Amino acid sequence: MPDKTPLYARHVEAGARMVDFGGWDMPLHYGSQIDEHHAVREAAGIFDVSHMTVVDVTGQDAEGYLRRLLANDVAKLDLPGKGLYSCMLNEAGGVIDDLIVYRRDADDYRVVVNAATRVQDLDWMTAVAADFAVVVRERAAFMMLAIQGPKATAQAAPLLPAVLRQTALEQAPFTCCSDGDWFVARTGYTGEDGWEIVVDVDTGRRLWDQACAAGIRPCGLGARDTLRLEAGLALYGQDMDQLTSPLVSALGWTVAWDPAGRTFIGRAALEQQREQGPEAKLIGLMLEDRGIMRHGQRVLTGSGDGAVTSGGFSPTMQRSIALARVPADAVGTCQVQIRNASCDARIVCPPFVRHGRILVDN
Amino acid sequence: MSEVPGDRKYSREHEWVRLQDDGLVMIGLTDHAQEALGELVYVEQAEDGATLAKGDACIVVESVKAASDVYAPIGGVLAEVNDALTDEPELVNQSPYEEGWLVRIEPSDPVELDELMDADAYSQFLAESAG
Repeated sequence: MPDKTPLYARHVEAGARMVDFGGWDMPLHYGSQIDEHHAVREAAGIFDVSHMTVVDVTGQDAEGYLRRLLANDVAKLDLPGKGLYSCMLNEAGGVIDDLIVYRRDADDYRVVVNAATRVQDLDWMTAVAADFAVVVRERAAFMMLAIQGPKATAQAAPLLPAVLRQTALEQAPFTCCSDGDWFVARTGYTGEDGWEIVVDVDTGRRLWDQACAAGIRPCGLGARDTLRLEAGLALYGQDMDQLTSPLVSALGWTVAWDPAGRTFIGRAALEQQREQGPEAKLIGLMLEDRGIMRHGQRVLTGSGDGAVTSGGFSPTMQRSIALARVPADAVGTCQVQIRNASCDARIVCPPFVRHGRILVDN
Repeated sequence: MSEVPGDRKYSREHEWVRLQDDGLVMIGLTDHAQEALGELVYVEQAEDGATLAKGDACIVVESVKAASDVYAPIGGVLAEVNDALTDEPELVNQSPYEEGWLVRIEPSDPVELDELMDADAYSQFLAESAG
């Protein structure tokens, strides 16, 4: 039996089509995935992301532990309230998961990891913690909502506690603020402005109801996937996994090489790969022909073959777009094998869409 | 409960089939099928004039979720494809029994039509599948 979020009954009542995602019974859409997508690009949508795993890391070694655990460097979080995106690597430089880590206080960090990787993440984080004076604690009693879109913060601000409201409205991307169990971060997975909010279950249910009543549209995982694909944001398990490194996943920018003495897990393997030059890269594809690119389809380039890692239909661009892993020196045009046909596609640099605007030559 | 009009026949693959006055058979997806597929974003049609045996894959419909084959519910020669679906694949979702029809076929063996379910039998089939 898949797990159910605290909003399960509301999703069913709203007529959502439910699907199993990472062991959770989640809403795919509430009628029209495409309309939900447009709502987030043009106005505001709310997503139940309570399946995500929230882990708090506290203790005097918290910073040292996270500097060992993560490929990005939490020493960049010079002030409480700052957050950053990072990969958590194995010794071979493969990606165990991607995550966001927030510094809440001097020795108090919050890490949000993926649902499908929860068990392996917690096992790994606990194992690495053995050498440090830290407490790694999953916060399963909380739930998480994402409110996203150009009107998201304005529409949702009245629903926040008064003490947080102004701070939350003024906070920069990738920062967070807290009050009691309320945690509000200016982050998301859609390419639009918005908040990701962690709260207790009672507060979260009330917030969901109030947001819907305020005209913020409930959105399912279907729209979440097309929004993140347009935004060029990688999906763990599809665009990268334990067998691929950040350097072949367009995530090299998240690896903090300096200072050279910081021996994060996977560093040695990554340095070797960087020296040799990575053999592959993750790029964006725009289909010139009709059809829809899908995960796993073969990509033929002048430099050799690759594969689509995430593909689909872009509601904003009204054509098929994809992320694909191809040989490192592939450029220009290529062909994607869609069933029996070779379809023309163009290699582009994601993101495709950000803040409602198409950023590639459509 | 999805809609099942009484003026046509149905396959176990959730296609409808309607014999028209000109002797051609119009084929489409049922309301249940379009609902299960999700919003269509692309329809890849077969070539006009193709000869199809019952059960041949003749069309690919791509929804926001996935690509699915549509199998010919009867054999025949493909006489016409619904060109409107090229630019508006969503017609299949919006009007599965009328504007969202897929193809018209000249049947090779009209007896195959008799082997399909009527609306009552299809409704029963849907109820049992859901059960």
